[in-house]
This record gives sequence, C-alpha cells and structure tokens, in this order.
Amino acid sequence: MLTARIIPCLDVDAGHVVKGVKFQDLRRAGDPAERAAEYERQGADELVILDVSATHEGRGHQVDTTRKVRAVLSIPLTVGGGVRLPADAGRLLEAGADKVAINSAAVADPSVISGISKRYGAQCAVVAIDARRLRDGTWGVVVRGGRDVTDRRVVEWAREAVDRGAGELLLTSWDQDGTRAGYDLDLLRAVSAAVPVPVIASGGADGPHHMIDALRAGADAVLAASIFHDGDWTVARIKDALAEAGVEVRPV
Amino acid sequence: MPTADQPTDSGGRPVLVVRTGTANLASVLVGLTRAGAAPTLSHDPAAIANAAHVVLPGVGALGAAMEQLGATGLDRALRERLAKGRPTLTICLGLQLLFAGSEESPGVPALGVIAGSATRFDPATGVRVPHLGWNMVEPADGARLLTPGYAYFAHSYKLSVAPRGWLPAYTTHGGRFVSALERGGVLACQFHPELSGAWGLGLMRRWLEAPC
Repeated sequence: MLTARIIPCLDVDAGHVVKGVKFQDLRRAGDPAERAAEYERQGADELVILDVSATHEGRGHQVDTTRKVRAVLSIPLTVGGGVRLPADAGRLLEAGADKVAINSAAVADPSVISGISKRYGAQCAVVAIDARRLRDGTWGVVVRGGRDVTDRRVVEWAREAVDRGAGELLLTSWDQDGTRAGYDLDLLRAVSAAVPVPVIASGGADGPHHMIDALRAGADAVLAASIFHDGDWTVARIKDALAEAGVEVRPV
Repeated sequence: MPTADQPTDSGGRPVLVVRTGTANLASVLVGLTRAGAAPTLSHDPAAIANAAHVVLPGVGALGAAMEQLGATGLDRALRERLAKGRPTLTICLGLQLLFAGSEESPGVPALGVIAGSATRFDPATGVRVPHLGWNMVEPADGARLLTPGYAYFAHSYKLSVAPRGWLPAYTTHGGRFVSALERGGVLACQFHPELSGAWGLGLMRRWLEAPC
C-alpha cells in the first residue's frame, strides 16, 4: 500500500532558502543543499524547491541550486517557479530534478502542461495550483503570489490540468498559507474527489494533527515549510505521530 | 558528474548508462556514483552490447523510447546483452521496455525479452493513477539482489504476472503487480532505486558487486 508522503518545501530566492507568510515578508533561512540533506536524514519522502523569486525578479540560480541539492539527495526532487516552456523543464530535469512544478505559465497557456507531459512523461508534470476561497464557497485560481485572481475555478482547473497530462497536483491554499491554522480541508476534499492523480496538500500546517486531517480529507501527501525550517518539528517526529494515529508512513 | 561520454575519475566500477532522451539522467548518475559506480553516458550500440555493467534508465512514454532505441540500433545491442544475461539494471520504463509491448503504446513492439504486456492501473479499483510514492517491495524466496523495503514509484502501467524463469518482487496498489525481476546479472525495477534512499543505494551496490 502507498504510504503517506511527508514533503518539506524549500522556498528559494536567489539561491537561499526563505519563507514567507502569504508569500510576502521573505526571510532567509539557510542553504538549500544543507537543508535538503538534513530533511532526507530525518526521513523526508521527497523534497520540493520553489523559486519564489521567479515570477518577480528572475531566477538565475535555479539550475545551480537544483544541481547542488541533487548531489546530496537520494529521494525525489520537484523543482518549480518560473517554468514556462518544455525547455525550462528539460533544463531542470537535466540538472537533477525528477519532477517540475508548473503554475502561472500553465494558467496563462495550458498547452505547456501537455508539452511537458508528452516530452518527459506525466509522472514528472506537477501542476501547482494556488487556491483562494471566494464568497460563493468555491475557490479561484490565483497567480503571481496571490496578487492576481484569475477567472478560473480550482476544481475545473484541476480537472483540465489532469486531462492535459498532469501526473500530480500541488494544491496550496492561499488563505491558509503561513497561518499555521491547518490545511483547507474542504478544498482538499473537493479536488481529490475530482481527479484520479495524487494531490499534495500545502498551506497551513502547524503539526501532525493538521497532516492527519489533510490525509483523511483525501490528500496523498502533505507539504510543509516553516514548521520544519523553524525546528518546531522534525520529519521523524511527524512520522511517529502519524504512525501512532494509524496512518501508514515509510519508516525512517 | 559526467555530462558527456567521458569516464569519471572516482575510482568506482565503470558503468555505461544508456543515453535516452527523456530520462531523469542526473538523478541516475548521482545515485550510481553514490552506490560506488563510475557512470558514463553512452549511445554507442557496440559499447552497450559489450560493457560489463549497463543501466537502462527510463522516464517517458514507451512508444517514444522504442522509436529512439530503434533509430540508433540500441534495441539490438540491448537484446543481445540481455539474452546473454550480462549485468544490466533497468529502471521504471526500462523494465517495461523488456516486455513485448504496452497498452500505453498499442502496436509498438518493445524489446520482447520478457513475455507479457504492460497494462494501465485502473482508478475504478479505488487507487490513484499514476502510482506515485513509496510502497513496499516484497521479493519472492530465493532473491539474490532484492530485499524487502520501501521504494519510490512513479508509473501508470504495470506487469501483473511474473514471467517464467525470473525471480519476481511484488507490490500492492489496488492489486498485486510485479515491481521487480531478477535473473542472473539482470535486475529490472519498476521503481526508481536511485530515488529510494538508503535502501535503493544498497540494491544498486549489490547489483554492481554481484559476481557475474
């Protein structure tokens, strides 16, 4: 049986790990390769690196960061931020990524999903969706760090992304991100029921209780950043808590 | 890390990695190096037919991969070394390339070293497709290289029944499927040993060091 995946996320700006609340107020929090190796030692099931500077100020360090992190890592690595073309994905895969996350560029031109999926396989095409709760109880897709709300609705967009070849969805709640108030469980239920592919829950984790809730709501994997970077939790302690609650995890 | 057809100077055991256009080659090269190999990329059929150790990585669609192997004559080279049981490690799509074909690319003959055809996981069985993440690998009795452990998988097609003459390992995802096969020096993995942590490195090391 597939185990629940615990995925630390490194938000990287110009080659340094940072973290933010609602994608703003970034603070430096270390070297990506050092962090990556430490999380693998703790039992992380894979790692995500998002270049948060990509849509704002350029992303010159992304390939170099990917290469350095891959050199110390024996678990899967997903890299995202600023991937616009299949050639961008190719460069990251060549540098050591196993999957690439596509976000704003896919919203602007959904054909980039099939372009990457056909060339490199669905298993490496992760579509990242940033979701913001709307007044009518649905969720809108936001881009550019949440500053732009698009016309797309999240559940429909998730289905379209999968139809176009996405092998996995990275679903971030803009409302919950950085709040440590828990994942948006309604969002996870709605999206995981709508698509056959795995869904990674992101945004709002404060500890294992939130992760257990997200997994029970239909998520296949849970992503977190600040609780790991701040040292509040290690992956190993999270896995112990999940196992105690009856969630199957890969032993550390 | 080697990026061209140049050997590394790490003192490891030389391994030729088949240069396919679509694989996560960097991860495979780093993983092999950590397992004690000195990997070199190659698409030279003669070298691949005769090298002591060859790795066939694979990410992408079967049809595209076979087309590429056929165009370069690598299909014949691989069949030749596999028929002789020369040490060969095949990964993910690399395992499915050994079959006769796959539902993924109907009508495209694969290498045909193993009887049978890959079929798609059925979401109607209540499982996610692709099968993506860490799952338990359980080798049959008598395995020489494979040990029980958790491996990282990323695939939508699978082989359900183990072929005669091969020692299988099984994994469960909505039903049991063949997650690895070994015979002599040939180790075919549906999972990614290069992404399967310490367990995966151990498996690659045993394959490298096994007496032929």
